[in-house]
Amino acid sequence: MDKMPKWADVILIPLISVILALLVSGLVVLYIGESPVEAMQIMVRGAMGSAYGWGYTLFYATNFIFTGLAVAVAFHARMFNIGGEGQAALGGLGVAIVCLSVPWPHWSLALLVACGAAAIFGAAWAAIPAYLQAKRGSHIVITTIMFNFIASALLVYLLVNVFRVPGSMAPETARFADAVHLPNAADIAPWLGFRSSTPLNISFLLALLACFLVWMLIWRTRLGYEIRAFGHSETAAVYAGINPVRIIMIAMLISGGLAGLMATNSVMGEAERLVIDNVQGAGFVGIAVALMGRSHPVGVFLAAILFGVLYQGGAELEFEMPAVSREMIVVIQALVILFTGALDNMVRMPMEKLFLSLRRRDRADSPAE
Amino acid sequence: MDFLTILQILDSTVRLATPLLLACLAGLYSERAGIFDIGLEGKMLAAAFFSAAVAFTSGNVWVGLVAGIAASCVLSGIHGLASITFRGNQLISGVAINFLAAGMTVVIAQTWFQQGGRTPPLQGAARFQEITLPFADAMANVPIIGPIYSELISGHSILVYMALAIVPLTWWILFRTRFGLRLRAVGENPAAVDTAGISVMGARYAAVMICGVLCGLAGAYLATSLAAGFVKDMSAGRGFIALAALIFAKWRPWYALYACLLFGLLDAVGNRYQNIELVGVTIPVQFMQALPYILTVVILAGFVGKAIPPRAGGEPYVKER
Repeated sequence: MDKMPKWADVILIPLISVILALLVSGLVVLYIGESPVEAMQIMVRGAMGSAYGWGYTLFYATNFIFTGLAVAVAFHARMFNIGGEGQAALGGLGVAIVCLSVPWPHWSLALLVACGAAAIFGAAWAAIPAYLQAKRGSHIVITTIMFNFIASALLVYLLVNVFRVPGSMAPETARFADAVHLPNAADIAPWLGFRSSTPLNISFLLALLACFLVWMLIWRTRLGYEIRAFGHSETAAVYAGINPVRIIMIAMLISGGLAGLMATNSVMGEAERLVIDNVQGAGFVGIAVALMGRSHPVGVFLAAILFGVLYQGGAELEFEMPAVSREMIVVIQALVILFTGALDNMVRMPMEKLFLSLRRRDRADSPAE
Repeated sequence: MDFLTILQILDSTVRLATPLLLACLAGLYSERAGIFDIGLEGKMLAAAFFSAAVAFTSGNVWVGLVAGIAASCVLSGIHGLASITFRGNQLISGVAINFLAAGMTVVIAQTWFQQGGRTPPLQGAARFQEITLPFADAMANVPIIGPIYSELISGHSILVYMALAIVPLTWWILFRTRFGLRLRAVGENPAAVDTAGISVMGARYAAVMICGVLCGLAGAYLATSLAAGFVKDMSAGRGFIALAALIFAKWRPWYALYACLLFGLLDAVGNRYQNIELVGVTIPVQFMQALPYILTVVILAGFVGKAIPPRAGGEPYVKER
């Protein structure tokens, strides 16, 4: 059954796919008339060459860890949660309601409750598609896409008609009180050279914690085992006494909750108010991150850092190479999804053949028993 | 609301429903053959850009149309390669295609035109012009029928009439030809088709390429007829509304027309009135915008008639050896 050693499946194939994606991206840069090598250098330097760059890189990575884990948990139950965008937007709504409605004495208390609200709002937004999938068999991909659009319309309505500051034209909530300001990297680790304006904040630690908890859940608990069993074979899982409705609901609620938690970073940690489009595509980046990270928390973490580098480096690239527009990041993201997700077999099939022939040669060399 | 206002709203309904209809029929071919396609949006967007860009440089909208269709077909080819040849996940491939189009169109537009990711405005022969049907001016003064003929039926671009003609054509192809039977069969039971000695891959590739052509028409209509040029993200979720319409229509051509007209009407009404008063309750415009999606979820939930997709949809066909 094992056609390839495990390391080839987990590391080699994703690596080849990402390199292919970057090579094609390089061709696009070449077509624009710029040097791909130089563009790469600018991006890496811009994202990782200074404390300023790292601040943004890890800030973006925090968002992507949450949305990536969200997609990954659903993948384990063989569901494609494409609704991270809407779930994260609703999470932002939860955070804003918590931060605005209570005069919090200290940020830590506010963060605790805000986390709960973000997760509950995100999970609630995933609950309806999950219920429809579990009970009525409606395809979760289509319903979560529809719920992304409904979430965006709902949020625009609420921001324009309910939460808008009287007299202000901007469709956004009031600024949160200073008391709920989350400590950022400059407050926590000033010796690393972060400026006080850096967006990187304590939510990053929260994201790391989430990675660990998801790993615990999926590989060290009974529920995680059931989720994986269901993902491998629904019929076998049902035969083993696993209730599919329960697994679909729980997996999707956890997934939506994780996506919602992203708002603690973007809404509470950075913007400190709820604005229209507070997610900015991070829900979709989560798909690329989960695919690249092979749905494993460690992989998700590494992939999220890579996409953080791409986003921050892309912003620098636009600044230093005006010919390359910011949408280049979207192209790279698309190619990563294409090569690691959809065209996976293009890399996998030849690799399997290669390893098979290597093994045959090994066997031929060793003396017959 | 007087008669003329109603006519104007219906007129813009037809205009706004056309790209939805073309994209919806595109999805119909693909999904009936068992290939889910959530990349309709991306294909439309790519076709919109390339049709506008080539129409601008060549000055001929028909050359632009061909370029738009070609761009859309290239993306369809990628989707086919990923989901038919390499048996990848069709949904992930669709997501990738949407992002690829969203990014590439702006990157290339910036390189070619340096106008912040848009094409220069199209004029004259670089756009599809409105066609005045015979006797439209003469009939305009006849009460009731006259305005309906000259305002509503006449005065659209050729692509609108083409889209409407493709509806019965699609019905005929799918339900009255051998090709259509095979196409529907590979979407329901590919193994049976394979047993009969017909290529599953061939039928699926054909469906995916037809999907590319129709998405190309939809995109070209957006950029060269509805608007006069390409702007960033101009498809604005229409590919997903088309997908919603397809489910709403339960994968049937005539119902696709009705669903697209309904969603076009919602769009037209939402464009014209910011808030609608209905029996004393104010309906916000955001609700109108979300209504197609809400209706689709309701239909998908199976409470109002069940929408059952083609049985083999989304599954790559693996030939037994």
